[in-house]
Amino acid sequence: MTTSIKQLPDTEQVLSGNGACGGCPATMALRIVGKALGPNAIMLLTPSCSVASMGMTPKLGYNWPGINITFATAGSSASGITHALEIMKEKGRLEGELPTVFSWVGDGGTYDIGFQALSAAAERNDNIIHFCYNNEAYSNTGVQRSGATPRGSFTTTTPTGKRQPKKNMALLMLEHNIPYVATATVAYPGDLYDKVVKAKNIPGMKYIEILAPCYLGWQFDMSDTVQMSRAAVRSGAWLLWEAENGKITFNNPTSLIINGKKAAEPVDEYVKKQGRFNRLLKGADSAERIAEIQGDIDREIAFMRERAKITI
Amino acid sequence: MKTAQVIMATGANAAAQAVKYARVDVVPGYPITPQTSIMEYMASMVENDELNARFIPVEGEHSAMAAAVAASAAGARVFTATSSNGLLYMHEVLHMASGGRLPVVMCNVNRGIFAPWTLWSDHQDSMAQRDTGWIQYHCSSNQEVFNTILQAYRVAEQINIPIMVNFDGFAISHCLMPLTLPPQEDIDQFLPPHKPEWRLDPANPSSFSNVTMAAEYAPFRQMLSDDIIASIPLVKQAAQEYKEATGMWDGDTIDTYRLEDAEVVAFAINSMAAELKLSVDILREQGIKAGLLRPRLYLPFPAEDIIAALPQNAQVMVLDRNYNFGHPGGILASELKSVLFGRRNDITVKNRVMGIGGIDLTRRFMAAEIRAMMDE
Repeated sequence: MTTSIKQLPDTEQVLSGNGACGGCPATMALRIVGKALGPNAIMLLTPSCSVASMGMTPKLGYNWPGINITFATAGSSASGITHALEIMKEKGRLEGELPTVFSWVGDGGTYDIGFQALSAAAERNDNIIHFCYNNEAYSNTGVQRSGATPRGSFTTTTPTGKRQPKKNMALLMLEHNIPYVATATVAYPGDLYDKVVKAKNIPGMKYIEILAPCYLGWQFDMSDTVQMSRAAVRSGAWLLWEAENGKITFNNPTSLIINGKKAAEPVDEYVKKQGRFNRLLKGADSAERIAEIQGDIDREIAFMRERAKITI
Repeated sequence: MKTAQVIMATGANAAAQAVKYARVDVVPGYPITPQTSIMEYMASMVENDELNARFIPVEGEHSAMAAAVAASAAGARVFTATSSNGLLYMHEVLHMASGGRLPVVMCNVNRGIFAPWTLWSDHQDSMAQRDTGWIQYHCSSNQEVFNTILQAYRVAEQINIPIMVNFDGFAISHCLMPLTLPPQEDIDQFLPPHKPEWRLDPANPSSFSNVTMAAEYAPFRQMLSDDIIASIPLVKQAAQEYKEATGMWDGDTIDTYRLEDAEVVAFAINSMAAELKLSVDILREQGIKAGLLRPRLYLPFPAEDIIAALPQNAQVMVLDRNYNFGHPGGILASELKSVLFGRRNDITVKNRVMGIGGIDLTRRFMAAEIRAMMDE
């Protein structure tokens, strides 16, 4: 049974007063993650929105020690910290329960520049949680294309819309044979909370990716973050799933779509709500290009349905 | 009472032995010739329980330094090693180590840099890291590699600045020489466990290397610049205390040979400086009053000690194993001239670049070069 939003703990690790945009999905997600992790944790961040908005040296708006590291190194830096803590405990220099070591990194720091180090940390199965808050672009630098940007989306470096589909990062992480992989998004806080609690109690490498609809990059009203998050899931543009020891389970409402109990909403509605697809919608070939986006979504749903059947 | 033990060891083994004696906690490692055998020794020592540490087999040097920096921020004593392009690949994270005031100690086994491809030694790799805010030692023997790594931890942890211990690929890293291993207790006394003033700790949730406005950023940088220079007395103190603990001495900031009455001074770093002692002997046999000044500490450049040590009216022959692109000659000569300017107008500085890409620097070759330079 998924934890309801009313059952989430009252404790906060995201403190009031930080520089995030109104309606920031990353901050919203981090708040839920904080409720699941509690205060005994060490946070790594790469240059991104969550660093730019967390306050100025030496303060920070999160109730954890937070280290901002070089952009490409979330995987290796988190490995360094977790190994350091474990050996210092073994040598008697640290006492009590070891803190959870987690990275809080955007899609740029995960899909693109951080991919190599993250892949290696996963292959080593180091004891960390890597969170990717995925706003599908380099939002902090003013919305440029990343490997997570979906086909058709405008960014400042894809001025006529991106021509390639995004990659399935969570699946790539699963194929590293790590003990836990999950996807989530802010419209389903209980689902995210439960996944973080689960990850916290599993030793080894954990990867949780959170779709974070960014009003600035996606061009919608900042009060609609949660609705956009929900629309992404309902259209099948974002699939909610988790995999424990390689076995994939789909979570509601994605499971209904995968099982054919409920049809995914046509992508038109989802796309039309976002300014980032405007140019594509206005073009003469708009029907064709929407069909491409729908094709990407249909393929992912079909692929993940089949992939989940492999339980070797 | 335990006594010192003498083994035959390569420079790579000497480095690994020092890391073991330093009771290091975390060693991220990635192979690159000629550094590789250090990482092989480290992995074996950890797996065989000779060293109670974590070896992290990372996927590249950028990550090796990142893991080292992060482990250091968590409070651990860390070590890694690299060479050549591996060092260049770390460049960005070297700045994080120094700017973050993290006492990482690393060996760089000097090797020329790509392109074109070379496996053999010159000093372009470490010289290219001159402005990263690291302290740099250059060693001229296997024993000095061992001794210097232990001294480096002492200095780095006192002043919170990372230290690079350099030594030539192959000439040192792969050559067997006798290595004196002091009793562990003596080293434990010299190098107490690392107790950082600050570490990542949930009991103290503060930020590290967060956005910093100019009013705070500028003083941070000034402090780093000041403290690098302020490390000189600590380098001397560490060398002195190490001598008291072990009886071994390689010089402190500088090492000299037959310098007092020298009229011609060879000036060089790293393994070629060991060979230069023999060149000095050859020149002396030829009736030339030759001597050697070897900066053991390259960065901070030990200006005062060099100025004090150079005999009156000496001709200084700087033998650079690197290029100072955009200037004729090498980087050491530039550094030396900048130190002497306006303070030792009696000194003449001459410069040649040699030994690039591992060209063998024999005692006779260098003696002949110095003779030729005298006529220039």
